[in-house]
Amino acid sequence: MTVAEWLAEAKADAQKRGLPELIPMLEGLAQASERLRKADWNDNPDKDTPRDPNQ
Amino acid sequence: MIRISDVAPKVAKGQIKSEKLTEDCLAKIQELNPKLNAFITVTGDEALQQARQADKEIAAGRHFGPLHGIPLSLKDLIDQQGIATTAGSLVRRDHVATEDAVVTRRLRNTGAVFVGKTNLHEFAFGTTSEDSGFGPCRNPHDASRSPGGSSGGSAAAVASGMCLGTVGTDTGGSIRIPAAACGIVGLKPEWGHVSASGVVPLSRQLDHVGPLAASVGDAWTLYNAMQPESEQIHDRLDPAPLAGLRIGKLAGYFFDRLDEDVERSVLGVLERVQLSGAVLSNVSIPHADDMAAIYLHLVFGDAAEYHARTLESRPQDYTRPVRLRLEMARYVLAEDYIRALRGKALIAHEVDRALNGVDVLALPALAVPAPPIGATTMPVSGGTEAVRTIMLRCSQPFNLSGHPAISIPCGTSRDGMPIGVQLVGHKGRTPALVQAALAVEAALPR
Repeated sequence: MTVAEWLAEAKADAQKRGLPELIPMLEGLAQASERLRKADWNDNPDKDTPRDPNQ
Repeated sequence: MIRISDVAPKVAKGQIKSEKLTEDCLAKIQELNPKLNAFITVTGDEALQQARQADKEIAAGRHFGPLHGIPLSLKDLIDQQGIATTAGSLVRRDHVATEDAVVTRRLRNTGAVFVGKTNLHEFAFGTTSEDSGFGPCRNPHDASRSPGGSSGGSAAAVASGMCLGTVGTDTGGSIRIPAAACGIVGLKPEWGHVSASGVVPLSRQLDHVGPLAASVGDAWTLYNAMQPESEQIHDRLDPAPLAGLRIGKLAGYFFDRLDEDVERSVLGVLERVQLSGAVLSNVSIPHADDMAAIYLHLVFGDAAEYHARTLESRPQDYTRPVRLRLEMARYVLAEDYIRALRGKALIAHEVDRALNGVDVLALPALAVPAPPIGATTMPVSGGTEAVRTIMLRCSQPFNLSGHPAISIPCGTSRDGMPIGVQLVGHKGRTPALVQAALAVEAALPR
C-alpha cells in the first residue's frame, strides 16, 4: 500500500468515525511515513538491519 | 530551592528535623499548588508519619543515608502502594496501586518521605503538561507558561520548593524538557538502568525513569538510590577536571532551529568551559533529520497498543488532544513501524560514533524557553515550529539511542525563563557523565 493510498483510506475512516480533527494529523503522519520509506537506510530491505544495542 | 546536599548532613545530625522539613514542603504546597497545580494527590498525613519515623530512627543512631527524612515526590505515573496512580487521566481516576513500583520501594528503603503525586501531561503523551485530566500544570517562573512535560508537575514542585527531589519519566525528553523549562537538573539514565516496573508505560522501548532535583549532585544521589543495592556506588561524586575534558558539540541539526536566547546561553557555556581547559570539537549524527519520523512511529505504535481497550471503552475520559493523538496512533502501519525500528538501531550506532573520541556530547536540552500555555507554535531561527516538534527536537534522539543524558540550568532568556544545556554520556559510564555535569555546573555563574 502506498502512503497516498493509506492516507486516503485513513482520512475516509476518520470521517466515518466522526473524528474529522484527525485529518490534518493524519496528513502529518503520512509525511513522516514517506520520510521513513525514502530514507537512504531503508532503500534496500536485503541490507542487514543494524542490531539495536539496547536489545 | 533547597538542595538535598545542604540539608541532609543537618538532618543526619538531628540539627534539622525531617518533620519540620516536611511541614515546610506541605506549607509550600498549600500556598502554591492552587496556582501551579503541580500535585494531583498530596499525602500530607502519611508524609508527616514517615518524617516522624525518620526523626526517631536518626535519634536512635540509625541513619540510612542522604535521603533519610528528605521530602520527595513521585510523578503520578509511578505506583505508590495505597495511593492512586492516575497518570494524569480520568481514565485511571479510580486506580489505587496495590504495591510500590520498584523505584518507589528503593527510595522508601532509604527513609525518604513522600509528600505526594505530581501532575503530568496525560499518560505522559505530550511535552507541555497542559493536557491533564486534572487541569494544566503551570511554570513557577511565570504561571502563564508551561512547565514543560510530561513531568511538568515534578519539575514545578522542585523548582518552587514543594519538595527537594522527585522521580519523573522520559520517553522523548519528559525529564530533561521540564527540568530545562523550570531551571532545575534532570537526569535521564541509560535505558534500562532504572527499573520501570510499576510505572504506567508510554512506550516500553523508549521509557526511562529518573530523577529531577535542584543540583547535579542531588540528581546523582537520587539516581544512585534508585539502583539495586548491589549496584549503588557513592552517594556523592567529585567533579571531573574541566581541563582536558573532551566535549563534542553536536553540530548541524541540533543548533539549526533554536530560540536565539537558547543558542546564546548554550554557546556561552561551551565558551566558558573551553576557557577552563575543556577541549571542544564538532561532531554530528548523520541521520538526525530522520529522528522525528522514527520516533513518531515507535511511540505512536506502542501507545496505540497500550491504550486500545480504554480508547474503545472510555474515549470520553481522555482529554481531547490526547485522545486524538492516540486515535491517530492507531493508523500507524506495521511496515512503517518496522522501518522505524531499523532507524532506532541506526541512530543508536550513530550516537555511539559521535561519542567516539570525546567524553560527552553537548547540545541544548530544550530548543525554546517554556512556551505560553495554549501556544501551538513557537518562533525559532528561520520561522516557526509546532510546539511539540520543537520541544522534542534535542531530547528524543537519546531515547531512541538509550544513552544517558542530563539537563543542567545554564541561564535565562531575556524575559527571565530558564534555559538548559544537555550533556550526553557513553553507555555504561553514567558516573563519568555526572562527573562532567558537576564540572560544567560548577563553571556556571551562580
